Amino acid sequence: MNLHEYQAKNLYRKYDIPTTKGKLLTHPSQLDDILRTIGKDKWVIKAQVHSGGRGKAGGVKLVESKSEANEEVRRLLGSRLVTNQTSAKGQPINSIFIEEPCDILDEIYLAFAVDRTTQRIMIITSSEGGMEIEEVAEKSPEKILRNPINPVVGIMPAQCRQICDDLGLDKTLSAQMIDLLQKTYKMFVENDLSLVEVNPLVITKQGYLMCLDGKVQVDNSSLYRQAKMNEIRDESQEDERELKAEKLDLNYVSLDGNIACMVNGAGLAMATMDLIQTYGGEPANFLDVGGSVNEKRVIEAFEIILSDTKVNGILVNIFGGIVRCDIIAGGIISAAQKMNLHIPIVVRLEGTNAKEGLELIRNSSVSVYEEANLDKAAKKIIELTNLDSKKNTEKEEN
Amino acid sequence: MAILINKDTKVLVQGLTGSQASFHTQRAIEYGTNVVSGVVPGRRGQTHLNLPIYNTVECAKRLTGANASIIYVPAPFCKDAIIEASENGMEIIVCITEGIPTIDMLDIKAAIDLNGSTLIGPNCPGIITPGECKMGIMPESIHMPGSVGIVSRSGTLTYEAVNQSTLAGFGQSTCVGIGGDAVPGSDFIDILKRFEEDPFTKAIVMIGEIGGAKEEAAAEYIKSHITKPVVSYIAGVTAPKGKRMGHAGAIIDGGKGTAFEKYAALQRAGVTTVRTITAIADALKEVHP
Repeated sequence: MNLHEYQAKNLYRKYDIPTTKGKLLTHPSQLDDILRTIGKDKWVIKAQVHSGGRGKAGGVKLVESKSEANEEVRRLLGSRLVTNQTSAKGQPINSIFIEEPCDILDEIYLAFAVDRTTQRIMIITSSEGGMEIEEVAEKSPEKILRNPINPVVGIMPAQCRQICDDLGLDKTLSAQMIDLLQKTYKMFVENDLSLVEVNPLVITKQGYLMCLDGKVQVDNSSLYRQAKMNEIRDESQEDERELKAEKLDLNYVSLDGNIACMVNGAGLAMATMDLIQTYGGEPANFLDVGGSVNEKRVIEAFEIILSDTKVNGILVNIFGGIVRCDIIAGGIISAAQKMNLHIPIVVRLEGTNAKEGLELIRNSSVSVYEEANLDKAAKKIIELTNLDSKKNTEKEEN
Repeated sequence: MAILINKDTKVLVQGLTGSQASFHTQRAIEYGTNVVSGVVPGRRGQTHLNLPIYNTVECAKRLTGANASIIYVPAPFCKDAIIEASENGMEIIVCITEGIPTIDMLDIKAAIDLNGSTLIGPNCPGIITPGECKMGIMPESIHMPGSVGIVSRSGTLTYEAVNQSTLAGFGQSTCVGIGGDAVPGSDFIDILKRFEEDPFTKAIVMIGEIGGAKEEAAAEYIKSHITKPVVSYIAGVTAPKGKRMGHAGAIIDGGKGTAFEKYAALQRAGVTTVRTITAIADALKEVHP
C-alpha cells in the first residue's frame, strides 16, 4: 500500500524527521486561506498521486503569485496525471499539497528498502540527488552507496558515520544526518514499511537537512497490525477491479487482451498467460483465486472477469492441491447459469478431485469445453475466441 | 535416499488442530509420513488424529523425538512459532502460512541462521520425498519415486512439473516449494546444492518467476557448482510491469528481475530453458542421463 506525499510527511513529523511545512487542498475554495498561512510570495504546488516522476510530468510547479497558484490548482485538481511510472490513463488528482519553497544548496538521494538478496533493510544513498537517480545507478553505479542493516542489532552509529563520510558531509550536517537515519529506521520498522524514499533530501542554504519529498510504501501483509495505515489508504489511486478483487481475497491484475484466465496459484496464472501469448492469443487478466477458494468466490471471480467488456473467452486452469476441483466446477456451473454466459469457456481441471469436478460439469446443462491437456486447452480457447469475434464482425457487416 | 526429508524423519505439526492442518496432516499420515506429535499452545494433554498434543516444541521433541516441524499457525504467530522450532533443535522447518510481514521474516532469518536450521517457505506447498515423507499440501497422487529433483517458487507450477516428470516415467527424488515471498527461508541455491550432493537425483528442474534476482544468482551458482543437467522455466514473460513508486526497487535489482534477463543468465550457465510450462517433459527426455 502506498502513501501520498503529505501522508508520508505527516509520518516524518511524528518521528521528528525534518520536512517542509505544507497544507493539503482538496477544493479550490481553500486556496486563499492556505496561501495566507503558508509562505509569503512563492509556493510549490504538488499534485498528490501514487506515482513517481511527478516533476517531469508537470505535477509539481513553483508559482510566484496568488493568481498563478490559482491557475495551477484549477488546472491540476480533478484531472489525471500521466507520468513515466503510471499507466497511459494516469492517476486521478484529488488533492494538492502546497508548500513553502526552501533555499536549496545541494540535493542527496536517500532510501530505505528491503533488499531480497541480502535479506536486510538496505540504506541507499547518493550525493547525486534529484530526478535522474536511475540514470546515475546505470551509468555510474559507484555513486550509489548501499548499507545493509543487521536486524539483530538495528542501525549502528558506525554505518551512519560511514554514510556521512561517503556523502562528504561536514561535522554539523553529519550530526543531523546520523539523527535522521536512526529516526527513519525506527519509523520503517515500527510501521512495517517496505520503502521510504526521500528524493531529494536537501541541504538548505541555512545549513539544515530537509526531506523535500516522501515516497512511503507499507507492507500489505502487515495491515492487520497497522490499523491506522488502513484508515488513511486512498482507494481512488487504485484500479477499481483490482481493489474489488483484493477485498474478495482474489489476486487480480487487468490487462489489455480478450481472453480471461482463472487460475489457482500466481505462478500457474502467469504461466497460463505466457502460454496464451505463445500460441497467438492475448490474455485479458491475471487472476489467482488463491488456496482457500469456495463456490461463492468462483462466482465472484467470474463477475470481476466479465465486468471487463473486452473479454470474449475464458480459460479456467486449475491444478488442485489445497484447492479442490469439484468446488471450482460447482462454482463454474452456478456462475454460468446465474450470468447466462454466451462466451466460450474452456476448463482444464487436474489434481485434487479433478475426476469429481469433470463429472459435475458433464452432468450439468452448462456448455463448456473440457480439456485435460494444458497445451490443447490454451489452443482451444484461442481458436474459439477467434471464431467468436469473426462471427460478431460478420453480424455487424450484415 | 533423497534430500531434506525421508522415511526416518519424525514430523511435528505446529497448529495441528486447525482445519487446513487437520486435513493435510491426515493425508500425510495416510501417505506413510512418520508424524509423531502436534504443538498447540493451551491444548496440552489432548489428542488429535491420534497424535499427542503439547504446549511447546521443547516438550514435543523431548517426548516424541521430533526432528522436523511443519507450521500451519496464522501469520501473526509465525515469528514465534518458527523461532521456537529453530531454538528447540528442529533441523527442517516447513512453513505453509502466507502473509507473514516482511519485517518479521528479516528477524526470523537472522535468528534461525544462527542455529543452522533449514526453513522452507513461508507461503509454500512444502516438501515431498515420494514414497517416504510428505511435509506439505501437494496432491500426493501425482508423485512417483524417481530421479528428478524439483525446486520451485510457485506451488501449482511445481505440480505441473511433477505431473510431467511422472508421466514421462522419471519420477522425483524430492520436490521442494521454496515459496514466492520476498524473503524466503531457503532459496534456489540452498536446494540446488543438496540435489548436487544427492546420488539419487539425476536431473534437476528449477522453476522461477519474475521479480527479484534469485534466479540470476542460481544461474551463477549452477555455472560453477552443478554438474547435473538442469531444466528451467521462468513464469511471467507476458506479465505487465507493475505500477511503481520511486526508484529504490529498480536500483536494488539493477536491471535484474525480468523473465528475459533470467532466461539469459540461465542459458549462459548451460541450463536447458523452456518457454512454456508444458515443455518440461520433452526437455527432461533430452537431458536426463
